[in-house]
Amino acid sequence: MNFDVDKIREDFPILTGKVYGKPLVYLDNGATTQKPYSVIECMSDLYSNRNSSIHRGIHYLSDKMTESYENARKTVKEFINAKSAHEIIFTSGTTGSINGLAFSFGENYINQGDEIIITAMEHHSNIVPWQMLCERKKASLKIIPFNDRGELLIDEYEKLMNPKTRIVAVIHVSNSLGTINPVEAIIEKAHQRGIPVFLDGAQSIQHLEVDVQKLDCDFFAFSGHKIYGPTGIGVLYGKEKWLEELLPFQGGGEMVDTVTFEKTTYNELPFKFEAGTVNYIGAIALGEAIKYVIKLGKVNIAEHETELLKYGTGKIENMGDVKIFGTAEDKISILSFLINNIHPYDAGMIFDKMGVAVRTGTHCAQPVMQRYNIEGTIRASFALYNTKQEIDILCEAIGKARTMFS
Amino acid sequence: MKAISEIQEEIIEEFELFDDWMDKYNYLIELSGNLPVIEQKYKIKDYLISGCQSKVWLYAEYNNGIINFSADSNAIITKGIIALLIRVLSGRKPEEIMNVDLYFIDKIGLKQNLSPTRSNGLLALIKQMKLYAIAYNAKYEKE
Repeated sequence: MNFDVDKIREDFPILTGKVYGKPLVYLDNGATTQKPYSVIECMSDLYSNRNSSIHRGIHYLSDKMTESYENARKTVKEFINAKSAHEIIFTSGTTGSINGLAFSFGENYINQGDEIIITAMEHHSNIVPWQMLCERKKASLKIIPFNDRGELLIDEYEKLMNPKTRIVAVIHVSNSLGTINPVEAIIEKAHQRGIPVFLDGAQSIQHLEVDVQKLDCDFFAFSGHKIYGPTGIGVLYGKEKWLEELLPFQGGGEMVDTVTFEKTTYNELPFKFEAGTVNYIGAIALGEAIKYVIKLGKVNIAEHETELLKYGTGKIENMGDVKIFGTAEDKISILSFLINNIHPYDAGMIFDKMGVAVRTGTHCAQPVMQRYNIEGTIRASFALYNTKQEIDILCEAIGKARTMFS
Repeated sequence: MKAISEIQEEIIEEFELFDDWMDKYNYLIELSGNLPVIEQKYKIKDYLISGCQSKVWLYAEYNNGIINFSADSNAIITKGIIALLIRVLSGRKPEEIMNVDLYFIDKIGLKQNLSPTRSNGLLALIKQMKLYAIAYNAKYEKE
């Protein structure tokens, strides 16, 4: 495999940085990823030389920017193999996408007594919008449980489905445990009963092959900043048949056809769902990030990350008194762990001073922590530019924390 | 009793002995042992400071115009910082606490612990200590 990680690191300016005089060991990619020059320079170029609002202008800059924006939409469409670019809606991120979807889907399809299925390992962004919807409509949430390894109990899932189930919303990959959920099976079983499925792809888009036609999911969302793109941009994919039926979740300019005070009609897809001035800079830069990933090859990236996961897991397991949470058969390169009885916050503070950036706490997945009866974990999440040497430094930090707090 | 500013200067001097972050943290770990520990009966939800990644309990007792604090946390570094706060603020009149400027935290290099992120409850803790002072002041001192 031709994956020269040292050469690849040169594409990311921040990785040469130091914190507290020590080399930055950035292992918080589950929170956000670093950006390659191509993405940074793209944004800089857009603002320096090309900035103009899109879709409505009649001048050169506007034309060019509109073209670039719609090309970015095509890039996303091809990246996730959607049938049509109309099915790609640019949003502010995964959270924005889910809130929008929950609202719109709720308006059309959720009534009193209806049920929505989610899992016990969701990120709060795939719990709260549905909870809010249930409160508004007097519907209820049903939860698919998971076992100690962090694997969903599919038998229990089947028992939850009934004639009142309106949608299944599932985290594709767990941000707290790393579990890759058996979404194909989940979707198949839901479709047998005519129930649509939404996948939260915030942690899958950058690590796994995502082919929305192959998966046959009805909706899919992800964030740009988690796949080496900028913040403030994300995607909501929806099958055209659904998006045609759904009402918009935001009203304003751009998403309209005709406006009078008596009645307003809406624009066609995808513009119906893109109110206001969209983050066109973010969308175009996201396109660049996707091109960067395609250039390296998702398969190559996945292979490298799998090696990191194997190496990291092996080293940590050998340390004896470190417990890993999330030991599913299928997982991505995330290591969520606790050292002895040391509070994750204490350990995190030590790691920080050694230049190691990890996330500590509940990872916006409080129900997961409650399931294990813990307050939180230390999470190291790897990306395409991480190295085995960085994992060695992580282990040194674990050793240091262990010594200091024993 | 020494003035608040005198105690803060003492603490700053103590920390100046350390160049290395690890030494500062080791010292905080040591100091965590000095924390006047909250009584078990007060280790309940009512006295839990919210907004912390770790659990922090705080109790304030008022006697003869003086407030004494006791606390606990399940994160050791947090415990050490609380021990310092209590060293500065315990045994004081409510109005001293209400109006205090806790500059020592920044001076000893722990300003990051004051950032308004969820990861630390220090801001919430200081706010609660001041709230106790305001409450006791309103209840007893204004009469």
